Formats: sequence, structure tokens, C-alpha cells
Amino acid sequence: MNLTDKFKANPALLWSGVALIACALAVLPFVLAMAGTTWVRVTNLAILFTLLALGLNIVVGFAGLLDLGYIAFYGVGAYTYALLASPQFNIHLPFWIILPIGALAACVFGVLLGAPTLKLRGDYLAIVTLGFGEIVRIFFNNLSQPVNITNGPQGISRIDPFSIGGFSFNQSDIIFGLNFSGPVKYYYLLLLVLIMVIVINLRLEDSRIGRAWQAIREDEVAAQAMGINTTRVKLLAFAMGASFGGVAGGMFAAIQGFISPESFVLVESVMVLSMVVLGGMGNIWGVIVGALLLSFVPELLRHTVEPLQRSLFGRSLIDPEVVRMLLFGLALMLMMLFRPAGLWPSKVRKRELTEE
Amino acid sequence: MNPLLEVQSVGKSFGGVEALCDVSLTIARGEIYGLIGPNGAGKTTFFNVLSGVYRADRGSFRFNDAPLNVRAPHEVAAAGIARTFQNIRLFGNMSALENVMVGRHVRTGAGIFGAVLRNAATRAEERAIHERAWALLEYVGLTARGNDIAHSLPYGDQRRLEIARALATDPLLLALDEPAAGMNATETATLRSLLERIRADGTTILLIEHDMKLVMGLCDRVAVLDYGRRIAEGAPAAIREDAAVIEAYLGGTLA
Ligand SMILES: Nc1ncnc2c1ncn2[C@@H]1O[C@H](COP(=O)(O)OP(=O)(O)OP(=O)(O)O)[C@@H](O)[C@H]1O
Ligand SMILES: [Mg+2]
Repeated sequence: MNLTDKFKANPALLWSGVALIACALAVLPFVLAMAGTTWVRVTNLAILFTLLALGLNIVVGFAGLLDLGYIAFYGVGAYTYALLASPQFNIHLPFWIILPIGALAACVFGVLLGAPTLKLRGDYLAIVTLGFGEIVRIFFNNLSQPVNITNGPQGISRIDPFSIGGFSFNQSDIIFGLNFSGPVKYYYLLLLVLIMVIVINLRLEDSRIGRAWQAIREDEVAAQAMGINTTRVKLLAFAMGASFGGVAGGMFAAIQGFISPESFVLVESVMVLSMVVLGGMGNIWGVIVGALLLSFVPELLRHTVEPLQRSLFGRSLIDPEVVRMLLFGLALMLMMLFRPAGLWPSKVRKRELTEE
Repeated sequence: MNPLLEVQSVGKSFGGVEALCDVSLTIARGEIYGLIGPNGAGKTTFFNVLSGVYRADRGSFRFNDAPLNVRAPHEVAAAGIARTFQNIRLFGNMSALENVMVGRHVRTGAGIFGAVLRNAATRAEERAIHERAWALLEYVGLTARGNDIAHSLPYGDQRRLEIARALATDPLLLALDEPAAGMNATETATLRSLLERIRADGTTILLIEHDMKLVMGLCDRVAVLDYGRRIAEGAPAAIREDAAVIEAYLGGTLA
């Protein structure tokens, strides 16, 4: 009996589980705040990366298209927000107008990238998307001349936080006697968006378009013969994935208050892809686990490696950053050896990798 | 004769190899039309050109009383031609049911918004897709296998699943590329009655097959390809006596 069957047989178990998780998620920021607001910020970033990983999962996991430039869409969303809500052009639109614009802009970029490249397969597509990601970043870097749009490598600062009416997301409020700091407020907003994105992903997976994506991943020629317009359906995957990236980017800009091209480098694309692969390509829950792990573990290391070394040797021998990358590499290697389908693989991947 | 598909002087070369040369044929509504020929005669190439996998160098098609412009495979499927593949091409890691459900894609319309919002129309469509897919699995005798992963099915079942998936597109013409290949006698007999039932239910069949007993027993008319040329066409009895055909097979498998 697997988990799903157990839940089906006993819905009370499912609902009490859901209620438990909901309670835990609701009190989490206050627990974290006790350890320091930093941890709430770290959690917020982790949720942002989970959003990104879920977006990329549509492209890579569902449709089977390798995209190495995904962070570009995050960047497009972030810059869209920054340009429309900062002193840069002295435009200050409300966030609920900009986020959809950012999603749309990223979506347009997704189609721009997809339309000419979707005839390519596998490695070739990967290389072109990698190039695309770099081009977008270089644009951010250089669009300060002749007209200053992006402010170049200095980036854009003093970006407006989210606010509705008098309620601003970057200042503390006492509500019901509890201190809701800025990061805590953003946490709840991000959680809400995350739940929405998860629901959208689950629904997409189990739909006519979702099946078409999987069919293309399995056998493109057969998919075409079944009447699937593969170019169109692949473009849809790119566009959907990109718009999720765009929304996440917009929220990133608002939360940080500052963005620069450095946030959208190739390594970030690789990181998001690692989250998808590590967690289990195609399985929404696996991807979430992967994203949370790769977001939190490095932070934990950052906070433990230094003190540990000090207490052991009296001084810091190895830079925490080095240890972080070392362990990251080691983890990926161990994964490839022992769990090549990811920590929590989709049923499909597991079958692919065990039965062949 | 009420023609469903008319093929006019179709030609296709691969480099120096003339895989199809001036091939013309007409398939009537409701018949089972056989396409036979020695290995490498161009049968599969004919399917590929008809279904849009390859573009024909010359020639034209008329289908269902209208010109058929073969540009992309999905348009051919939408026009009402469904095919299976000589080397089975199922969606290996999807369940048998999901394979057939994919076949409904071209006759349904839910998009991203339907998928996300799950409005009444989308839910009704999904239900219909489900029901139709199960019905088709039952039709080909795979009900018990619905939730199994396609590539885990025995060979014969995979062939029948491909037929169910093709039928899910509501084709007027079902083109089968060696459906009996690798089947034992019992499986072939089941296949034969299945094809007869499909025809009786109103779908025209174009059948490539090396099993001469099956072809001769099942087909109303048969065309013979040899080195890309149509060397004969007619009723099975006449084909069996045809000098050119016997020559092409060199007294071989033609029983
Ligand atoms: N993609 C291709 N590229 C080059 N040559 C091809 C290609 N496809 C088919 N051919 C050639 O065209 C000719 C016809 O091949 P085809 O597969 O249509 O034969 P067939 O009648 O289906 O044979 P079989 O009974 O073995 O399946 C052969 O000489 C084959 O080598
Ligand atoms: Mg062939």
C-alpha cells in the first residue's frame, strides 16, 4: 500500500496531515525569527528558488527540454519590477500591476527564445539556451549607454517594497500583539504564491497539455503523428516556465530592494537546474525538496563551518564558501551514483532508470 | 467506387535511392487496402510521406474529397489519417491508458487556462477523454492493462495499444505498418478479427503486412510495391497470379 492509497482509504489522515503542515508553516517564521531575522530571509529566498525550480520543472521535467539559461527569465521579471517601481525612472507602479507585466515580459522572452530554437534537440538546445541566458545578463550589464536603462553593473537600488494602501511589506506592524516584521510578511506572501504555483503545476501535469508535454518527452515523432502540434506545445512549456520565473524575479527585486546583473549569472541557472535534477525531475514534490535542500544546507554550513573550525583549531582554516562548494560537488556526485533519478523521483524517471 | 484517399504520382528519393517512384493508388471508403512488397520496397516510406514525416518530392494527395496538403504530421492527423509504426513508438513511460488519452489530443481543445482553472467545460472534456480511452482499451482487449506502463506490456499488446491510440484520433483512414510483425498465430488471429471489426465500424484501413495469409484473407484489394514502383494492384486472388509480383518475390513467400 503506498501513501496515496493510504490517504484515499483514510481521508481523515490526509486532512490531519495537511492541518499539521499548515500549522507548522504558519508559526515557522516566528520560530525562525527567534534564531534571528536572517533565517526568515533565508527561508524567503529558499521559497523564491522553489518557485524557480517549479517553473523550470515544467520545461525540463514535463516537456523534457533542457534549458540552461532559465535564470534569464528571473532577471527579466526582476528588472521589469525594478524599472517600474524605483527612482531609476521615477515610476512607482503598484506591485499587483507590475507582477503580471513581469510575468508577461518573461513569457514574451520565453517565446522569443523558444520560437527559433525549438527545432533543436538535446545538447544543441542546451547550448543555445545557455547562450541566451548570458546574452540577457550582458544586456542588463551594458544597457546603461547610450541611454541609461539598467544602470549597468551598479544595478538598481531603492526598489519599492510591496505595499497595499498603507500596508507596506518592509516595515514592522504589530498585529494581534505579534510583531510582523518585513521578512515575516513577505514569508506569508511567498507561501501563498508558492501554494498557488504548486496547485497550478499539479493541474497542468494532469491535463491535456500536460499529457502532450509528456508525450513529446517520450517520443516526438509519435506525438506529432497523434496530432500534437509539437512546436506550439513546446512553446507553451517555455512560456509557462518563463512566466513563473518572471513572477519570482519581480518578488525577488521587491524583497531585496536592490538588483544587479550579478544575481543572474550562469551559476544560478545551474543551481536551479540542480534543484530540479537533485529532487527528482518531473515530480513536483521532489523538486520542492531539492530546492529547499539546496537553499538551506549551504546556509546551515555557512553558519556552522566557521564556528566549528574556530572551536576545533582556534582559527578558521578553510573558507566556508570553499567547504560549501566542496560539499555541494560531493553531494551531486553521490546522488549520481546512488540515486540518479533524484531524491524523490517521479514514477516515470524511476522506471526509466531501473528497468533499462 | 467512392474514394477516400487518392494518391497521384508520388515520388520520394533519398540521395540516390528512389524509395518511391510515380506511385498512384486509390483507396475506397470502407475497404481494407493492402500494401505489400519485398523488404526495402518503399512501403514505410509511403506511410512517412503520406503522414508528413517526410515531404514528397513529387505528386499529390486527395483525402476525403479535398486536396490534402501534407505539411506537418499533426495536420494530417487532424485531417483524419492515423498511423502506427513498424518499430513500435509508444509513449513508453506513460500508462496504456495515458497513451490512448494522448490520442484524443487532436479532437479536444482544453488549453493552459482550462487546465489551471478546471472549469466545468474542461472537467467534462477530461471525463469524456477518460471514458473514451477506457472504451478503446476495451475495444482492443486491453482493459486489464490500462494502468500498466506501456513499455512493460508484451509485444503483441503493445501493437494493439498502438492501434487503440491511433483510433483515439477518430481517423477516417487507419494506416497500419506491419501490425502482425512478431505476433504468434493466436495473436495474429485476434488481430485479424480486430481489424475486421474496425472496418465494420466504418474505418477504412491501409495495411502494410508481410504475413501473406493475413493480407490475402483480409484485404479487399492489394497493391504491390517493388523498388519504389507500384507493379500491381487488384484483388488478392489476381495478385497471387500476377507474373510481375511472382517475379518480384522470386517465388518466395507468396503463398
Ligand atoms: N530516412 C531514410 N534515409 C535514407 N534512405 C531511406 C530512408 N528511409 C528509407 N530509406 C530507403 O528507402 C528504401 C525503402 O525503404 P522502406 O523502409 O520504405 O522499405 P519497406 O518497404 O518499408 O521495407 P520493410 O519491409 O523492410 O519495412 C530503402 O532502400 C531504404 O533504405
Ligand atoms: Mg517498412
